[in-house]
Amino acid sequence: MLKNITMGQYYPVDSLVHRLDPRIKILLTIAFIVAVFMVHSLVGYAIMLGFVYLTSRLARVPFKMLMRGLKPLRFILVLTFLLNLFFSGSGEPVFQLWFITVTAQGLSQAVHYSLRLMFLVVGTSLLTLTTSPIMLSDGIELLLSPLKRFHFPAHELGMMMSIALRFIPTLLEETDKIQKAQMARGADFESGNLMQRAKAMVPLLVPLFVSAFRRAGDLAMAMEARCYHGGENRTRLRVLKIQRNDLLACATMAGLILLIVAEGLLL
Amino acid sequence: MPIELKSVTHTYSEGSAFQATAIRNVSLTIEDGEFIAVVGHTGSGKSTLVQHLNGLLKPTGGQILIDGEDLNAPGADRRRIRQKVGLVFQYPEYQLFEETVAKDIAFGPKNLGLSEDEIDARVRRAMAHVHLDYDKYAQRSPFELSGGQMRRVAIAGVLAMEPKVLILDEPTAGLDPRGRDRILGMVQELHARGGTTVIMVSHSMDDVARLATRLVVMSKGELVATGTPREIFRQVDMMESIGLGVPEAARLCALLRQRGVKLPDDLYTPEELRDSLLALWKEAHPC
Repeated sequence: MLKNITMGQYYPVDSLVHRLDPRIKILLTIAFIVAVFMVHSLVGYAIMLGFVYLTSRLARVPFKMLMRGLKPLRFILVLTFLLNLFFSGSGEPVFQLWFITVTAQGLSQAVHYSLRLMFLVVGTSLLTLTTSPIMLSDGIELLLSPLKRFHFPAHELGMMMSIALRFIPTLLEETDKIQKAQMARGADFESGNLMQRAKAMVPLLVPLFVSAFRRAGDLAMAMEARCYHGGENRTRLRVLKIQRNDLLACATMAGLILLIVAEGLLL
Repeated sequence: MPIELKSVTHTYSEGSAFQATAIRNVSLTIEDGEFIAVVGHTGSGKSTLVQHLNGLLKPTGGQILIDGEDLNAPGADRRRIRQKVGLVFQYPEYQLFEETVAKDIAFGPKNLGLSEDEIDARVRRAMAHVHLDYDKYAQRSPFELSGGQMRRVAIAGVLAMEPKVLILDEPTAGLDPRGRDRILGMVQELHARGGTTVIMVSHSMDDVARLATRLVVMSKGELVATGTPREIFRQVDMMESIGLGVPEAARLCALLRQRGVKLPDDLYTPEELRDSLLALWKEAHPC
């Protein structure tokens, strides 16, 4: 049941997108997010969808898997949609029933916000699906390293991120195991009302926290035993270099943004 | 309550890049009162196999019949099955969560909806089974106990469900020899006196040799052999080729036979080997 979580999970295949420089991929993801916010029409969203689809094909990540990343968010998505639909926008109501009023503005806002949220999640999932956690934190560290001059702890931040990412699958596995162990003792996680379900989480969360703290302690000790003392004078196994494909990817993203802008101006 | 597996196959994450077949075409029947040891190398599918026996995992192919009933048929009551087939996971002490030992052990019986008196009686019985003194430990926090004690509390938590079949996944992993002997002694007692069917996953051939009535040997997700310890441990070459080895005594016996010592080929406990060697020696030196 936990295997369905795609957010933050790496999909280990070899592809053009996987081989891109992680720094470029992070910057491109930010550019993609900006592009999402520039879209103001359904045609624009269609273009974005096309882009996401083509990228996923190029990355050899099943499109279905990408979409599955939205599943855990369905509750937030529906909530966003409904809140905007009913409580935002002014002007002529298109639909009115008792205390519910829906305006055209509210409707368009609801569609926009939920589509934006979906694209944000899908776009960032594309980054994490095609970039291994190590590459990702390397990329972030390198992108932030100019800030070191202002005593910004770029290396520490990168290390914290890679540790956090590294432990996502471990903790998921652990959760799965504890869940099964409690189910073997007759625990029921799937039925009951909200209150009962929340209470049913206690036998899952307590052991999970205990083990997370234990793992953190072990890891700290292992790092100290290997004389870890921050990033000073550390050299890298992989030295990142911008290549032709990276520039091509940048050009593609620039093209997408131009397309979106042009579409906004013309239509 | 016999358990029957009919060509059970399990593939994780079917149809994605993570696809991996953990067990393939396993057929096996487990009768009442048996003490079965499932042995195999790391990654041979032992844990996956035992998680099928109480419906925690659904086979992607094949069938599991408990008492003749298909465990995964629509409408099958898996929670009732889980009460009858208790499963103790690897490192079960990591699943403890309650404030006191007694409350933690009561978690299972409580989920069964039993009365307070019955729950209390079961907690006491389960603690007696794992040799933990009720008066001394019941009100303590499970997190302040030693590793071996925590594991016994966790096992008691499953025993309190009073299952007819008890499955233990590497119950002695990471324990010192004393803790190990305690747990194994406990399991043996449950089997011998309580008549519980026991299925134990293990790495240690020596533990298995002493306890099991039947071995199930797994390799690379397939069931490669099953039989009494005597039948299995005489196949020294087969066991070594799948990276398992045999008990020390059986190995010594095989080596001695290679050097021409006339020993029977099916000895596997130190005691048997000692007796046979002494008999040979007496034959050679009649006084």
